[in-house]
Amino acid sequence: MSIYDTLSPKDFEAIGAEFDAIREDVLADLGSRDADYIRGIIKRQRQLEIGGRAMMMLPPTWLAGIGALSASKILDNMEIGHNIMHGQYDWMNDPAVSSRHFDWDTANSAEQWKRTHNYEHHTFTNVVGRDHDVGYGLLRMSEDQPWEPRFLFNAPLAVILHLFFQHFVAIQNLKLEDYLVYKTKTRAELREEFRPMWKKMRKQLAKDYALFPALAGPLAPLVFVGNVAANATRNVWACAVIFNGHFPEQVEQFDESVVDNETRGHWYVRQLLGSANFEGSKLMHIMSGNLSHQIEHHLFPDLPAHRYAEIAPRVRAVCEQYGLPYNTGSFWKQTASTWKRILRMSLPSKRQPEAAPQQPATTEARLAA
Amino acid sequence: MPAFATPQNAQRRLQPILRSKLIARLTTPHGVDRYLEQIDPLWSAFETRARVTEVTRQTADTVTLRLQPNANWQGFVPGQYLQLSVDIDGRRYTRCFSPANSCHAKDGHIELTARINPEGTLTRHLRDHAHAGMIVGLSQAAGDFALPAQRPERILLISGGSGITPVMSMLRSLCDEGHRGPITFLHYARSKEDQLYTEELEQLAARHANVTLLRSYEQGAGELYGRFSREQLESAAPDYADATTFLCGPPPMMAAVEAVWAADGLNAQLHRERFVVAASAPATAETTGGELRFVRSERLAVSDGATLLEQAEAAGLRPDYGCRMGICHACSCRKTTGRVRDIRDGRLSGDGEEDIQLCVSQPVGSVTLEL
Repeated sequence: MSIYDTLSPKDFEAIGAEFDAIREDVLADLGSRDADYIRGIIKRQRQLEIGGRAMMMLPPTWLAGIGALSASKILDNMEIGHNIMHGQYDWMNDPAVSSRHFDWDTANSAEQWKRTHNYEHHTFTNVVGRDHDVGYGLLRMSEDQPWEPRFLFNAPLAVILHLFFQHFVAIQNLKLEDYLVYKTKTRAELREEFRPMWKKMRKQLAKDYALFPALAGPLAPLVFVGNVAANATRNVWACAVIFNGHFPEQVEQFDESVVDNETRGHWYVRQLLGSANFEGSKLMHIMSGNLSHQIEHHLFPDLPAHRYAEIAPRVRAVCEQYGLPYNTGSFWKQTASTWKRILRMSLPSKRQPEAAPQQPATTEARLAA
Repeated sequence: MPAFATPQNAQRRLQPILRSKLIARLTTPHGVDRYLEQIDPLWSAFETRARVTEVTRQTADTVTLRLQPNANWQGFVPGQYLQLSVDIDGRRYTRCFSPANSCHAKDGHIELTARINPEGTLTRHLRDHAHAGMIVGLSQAAGDFALPAQRPERILLISGGSGITPVMSMLRSLCDEGHRGPITFLHYARSKEDQLYTEELEQLAARHANVTLLRSYEQGAGELYGRFSREQLESAAPDYADATTFLCGPPPMMAAVEAVWAADGLNAQLHRERFVVAASAPATAETTGGELRFVRSERLAVSDGATLLEQAEAAGLRPDYGCRMGICHACSCRKTTGRVRDIRDGRLSGDGEEDIQLCVSQPVGSVTLEL
């Protein structure tokens, strides 16, 4: 029995109103502070990118170049791309930071990603069968996913997913498992669906692995290896941040039935139960695109992410008032917890018996849920 | 101020390189402008931007800007307008203005005069904060209200208030061209203090024998008295039927002029520009009954009060959508005119161009969407 079932419809309504109020306060306060923030981050990202690519062409600064380009790609994907494409800065009315126009420096096209991420993942957060981010069709991350022998390789597959994350995300819409494992998709269908994805992937591959190495002339191998390293660094970090946000042990996954007749309050609570934060320095928050505040992000995906740290105390206060969990811990604690789940899920398991609720669920609550 | 500004011609020489396929590939997916602007906001391969070089206040309720556009500005035909974009407290606001300068200005500057709208965010901001060095966004010039390439022999310019700007550009350009035909400039203002370009108009009229300057003030004396009327016109420009006429001013004045031309069957010779956009619906209006214009699909509907997404679907359109609850932004769409209300918090949008989410927006009055 989850806490989800212990609240009354009145509680859900009140929780919905509390979170709506936080949202409205931030919306009313949006202004030049937010615009300056995102433009400042973009400026820093461009400097790191240009500097990184230049340094990588000189052997003495090669390592520093990899560091700068990795940081640039992380900023581009996390604090800039992810957040802009959520529409967090659409109110600025500037095409350069608009969710309709922005594209990011990763293999995945903006259009495809807005579909799987903004829509599927954020609407059906942690609903097994609806939110493809639960395991990406590759891993078993929840007891609600039936065990299959391939999941014995859960851990090594998770390592591979981390290393090649940008390309996995790029082809996420293909639902490769339907072709490879479940045979519900034909090769021809797959090829057809891959075509638009390849358009973006091709450009990204050409830039990092052909054009920039070519510019370096005889030092081409240096730039090629450097770009592999920078892309891999970004991949591992992005994947780790995302896993920490949804797969530490206490985070809940849900059955499809929860989304039927879900009220705004229920939706907020599901986002809360399905997400986890991690703590760290200010730099850590920026480099994670503020997804270190995954809870606040899931409650308010279209508020500028640099505001999450400011509203986190208010979110925590609501959680305390209604006895809702607020899952947070250090980066390493959440990572360890996530990998424990990955290992546990590699073996067949029945649904874990749930802890008894703090108070008996009301019939009302069960009907509403 | 940016660290260094690049002269326009140097920029023009670089343009073919900046616009090359190789640069596009190297800067994918952001594009070269997103890097150039970090060095200098005027540096751009594709976007038109300008630096404000001078701000003057000719009258109590206007502000005049001189702009140095970057190399992407393609010039304008006298009478046309452009869109000026300014960031105010993080938000970008865009409004239309007509350049008032001659199209032959050698320094490539653009001159805009904005009348301060006490309710208008952008013009009030310009009044209070416009300064030399400020960077603004520009569109290319557009509009059919423009001097034809083959200049008409006999020209009549009629303007009122700040509607003087496009016809001022026409007059200045014609004078620079040494136009020989007679030009009558008929202008209406509240008082001499409220009139724009007073000194320059007087100088132009003094220097060019073919230019007749006729002004009428509500308060105080000009060359004419009172509001526009047929009698006044017949005494001021008795040959008006032979002239190509350009008209721009406040709605009542324009209506009075249009009535005379219509009665005389001279509509084809009257070119007009409206500065005032059709009044937007008040904040308290119902969300039903307004007209929904879906521009790309060329469809019209009358609002039934549902969300724009539902109404677009009811009209047979298939806009992209996702969550239908305002979180995923899959249904973001450009609104070009009108206001919408956010059903989540009741917030009313502005009436200009902006991106809105179809699934959580109800129209308030008439709305035009790029859909």
